[in-house]
Amino acid sequence: MLGDGALEQLKREGRIVVVGASLAGLRAAETLRAKGFVGSLTMIGDEPCEPYDRPPLSKGVLLGRARADRTALPRLRSVDATWRLGVPATGLDMAARRVRLADGDEVPYDRLLIATGVRARPWPREEEAELDGVFVLRTREEGSALARRLDEGPKRVLVIGGGFAGSEVASACRERGLPVTVAERGAAPLVGALGGVVAAVAADLQREHGVDLRCGVMVTALEGDASGRVRAAHLSDGSTVETDVVVVSLGALRNTEWLSGSGLGAGPRGIACDAGCRAFDIRGIVTDDIYAAGDVARCPHPLFGYQFLSLEHWGNAVAQAGIAAHNMLSESIDRLPHMDVPAFWSSQFGVNIKSVGVPSMATEILISQGSLDSRRFVGVYGYQGRVIGAVSFDHGRWLPFYQELIEKTAPFPPQFATVDRHPDGLRPVDADFPDPSVPSHGPTVTLSGYSPADRRITFTPAH
Amino acid sequence: MTQTLLHQILDYANRADPYPIYEELRRTPVHHDTDGPYVISTYYEIRSLLHDPRLSSDARNLASGGADPLAESASEESALPPSFLRLDPPEHDRLRRMTNRHFGPPHSPHRVDAMRPELHDIVGGLIDGLGDPGRIDLVEEFSYPFPVTVICRLLGIPREDEARFHTWADTLAASLDPDPDADPAERGKGTVEARMQLGMYLAGLIEERRKNPGDDMLSQLATAEGQDGPMTTMELLSTAALLLIAGHETTVNLITNGMLTLLRNPDVLQRLRAEPRLAVPIVEELLRFEPPVQLLPGRTALADIEVRGVTIPKGSTLWLVLASGNRDPQRFENPDRFDPDRPDVQHLGLGSGIHSCFGAPLARLEAQLALSELARRLEKPRLLEDPPPYRQNAVLRGPRHLRIACDGIRP
Repeated sequence: MLGDGALEQLKREGRIVVVGASLAGLRAAETLRAKGFVGSLTMIGDEPCEPYDRPPLSKGVLLGRARADRTALPRLRSVDATWRLGVPATGLDMAARRVRLADGDEVPYDRLLIATGVRARPWPREEEAELDGVFVLRTREEGSALARRLDEGPKRVLVIGGGFAGSEVASACRERGLPVTVAERGAAPLVGALGGVVAAVAADLQREHGVDLRCGVMVTALEGDASGRVRAAHLSDGSTVETDVVVVSLGALRNTEWLSGSGLGAGPRGIACDAGCRAFDIRGIVTDDIYAAGDVARCPHPLFGYQFLSLEHWGNAVAQAGIAAHNMLSESIDRLPHMDVPAFWSSQFGVNIKSVGVPSMATEILISQGSLDSRRFVGVYGYQGRVIGAVSFDHGRWLPFYQELIEKTAPFPPQFATVDRHPDGLRPVDADFPDPSVPSHGPTVTLSGYSPADRRITFTPAH
Repeated sequence: MTQTLLHQILDYANRADPYPIYEELRRTPVHHDTDGPYVISTYYEIRSLLHDPRLSSDARNLASGGADPLAESASEESALPPSFLRLDPPEHDRLRRMTNRHFGPPHSPHRVDAMRPELHDIVGGLIDGLGDPGRIDLVEEFSYPFPVTVICRLLGIPREDEARFHTWADTLAASLDPDPDADPAERGKGTVEARMQLGMYLAGLIEERRKNPGDDMLSQLATAEGQDGPMTTMELLSTAALLLIAGHETTVNLITNGMLTLLRNPDVLQRLRAEPRLAVPIVEELLRFEPPVQLLPGRTALADIEVRGVTIPKGSTLWLVLASGNRDPQRFENPDRFDPDRPDVQHLGLGSGIHSCFGAPLARLEAQLALSELARRLEKPRLLEDPPPYRQNAVLRGPRHLRIACDGIRP
């Protein structure tokens, strides 16, 4: 381990490289400076712009209320970094401690933080994906291109995949008065993340807001016209949807390809790291100079049986970045574990949805407050007799209580009386999650086993 | 026999500085004397309970006749149905949602900010009207009339009726804060009378606004469309009474406590004068340091609740002492220091959870404008007495008068 002197030297004149210049990368850089790191700091990002916030891209930007180029992340402090923007990292030499860039440069490091995040999973058939009018939504550029196309007033928007991102796009389109079809392979939108009981409410909401919701179907092909513009989509039930805008919303891919062959424990499920954000190598041995944070990281969580947990959540990126940065500059005894309970929110069809814990791990659900009928409720998820997650529809102010229940591994079903308890909230029911081996729109929380070198992935896109 | 801690909190002799009692209270985070309420005084425990659905705010759940020395004040509004402050979901949610539709995001995101110029004018007018700079009672001349005027404008009370409105509001406020020297029977009669007159006046105004709606909140609440529809007249009266009482009894104390604290911390006052934007962190630190609502009484446990190893039995009454949680050294470093530069000031001053302060954005803006303008315009302000005389009320705590002097008033 480092002696005191070595750590002080690292803080004073070390070289830290952050690959990934988005939320996690920026917050980590700020934390490094706040913790007294005055050495050289290099931020490498494949996008040409400075760090920006992504949640508005599927909400305010599509509604025309916010501009995609005005979503820069607020800076909490100066990071005084060398920015290498618009130049993706293409390789890692762990032995020589160097990151290779697309322009041929090599950047040496003493400590490396990988926060390369995820990208939207593209439509699997390349020639169809390239049709004009076929979009994915992850980056500022993609958000602004889609918003411009919606401004033109398309005659129908087809959203492929009814997960959170797809449902938010559909919601924004309906709010703009655009006809929308959502094609979801599962039984209902959000079913992979929240289970069938809650997903049924989401389905009702979509239909009430005028979405042409098609569940249990797959899009088999996209068809273009002579000028290369998308004109229709063919569905597995034999029907055809005439559409001039298609938003492919099939979940995300981890940006780890650039690490292949490097010897780091990185693969399609992300980069395996320990609870302190230190990355594992391919042999399952933890490195001491490479860290990972944000959507690209997967790390073991004590509340969920120490399985590796992959999260695509805003709050997780911020918290994990702070922990990684702290640990990069700490002796082993001073390091902190990343133990935040997963949490995320979504805003769609006039409803604020929040979730804590890992609902998708659950087998049962109980509506503890409010009612499904009113669309205002808290649902508590149970797994093997304990509370494992909770979801709220327009009831977000209660969630800190349920988070505590998860942290305390409180028994399920909860037996106590609460305000606003309805008769249908007295007994738990089957949470009705789809078989996890059946591909769906890609839940944003995934448990991915115990092996740091796990490189299998079961998802096959819908076609 | 020594006074119980609860009675020490309520004892007027401790009003100027209740914080040493809170410190003692925190040694037993769940404090309970024989048949009194369970008193929670530490930050994390209060914050948890504010989000705990096993606690009810519905006055109808309160144990009757118990040994809660604050139980009486809960039945103040008995003439009207309970306002959403004293209701649980789903009734609470419905009324608060309907009210918020015309007050804040997502439906009315600009309402409070749009009042900024008007608030600025009211503040300016009140400072212009201050009398002898050598002897100002800031409560009477400034922090009291300001929020009442704001509520009038928000609800849409016609200007010519504002004076009458102020008189009723004064009487009702006094009833919340009994003067120990006044004859209780006389006072009670005056209060009933004022409440009746205010109710009649508002009922008439609501009728009028149903016919000729304006762009004020009363009109909007009376004529609202949408999934929840308009409020009934009785609901509207309760809500208007809540906005009136909650909206000015708290803000008056926030502003007065603010000026008192600034005058006790002249370096901060000096900084505010040079940099009006500092008003934002100053008001947040103030909400931690001297919160206008010291404690939330009258919550009831609907189930047995375990807090720090103590089981609070179902049916018990709880007090959540926000002002004590705000000084909890487990949460805030040097908690007794007024420090607007605190990096992380997540205070409990406005509560949290579903009953968190409804008027928070307006109260914050009022206090920010008031303090920055007072700092800018009063020349060499100083306290004429410290501590100032306080109101009786231990819950809505603040000075009854704040006598100050200054060398002059800048334009």
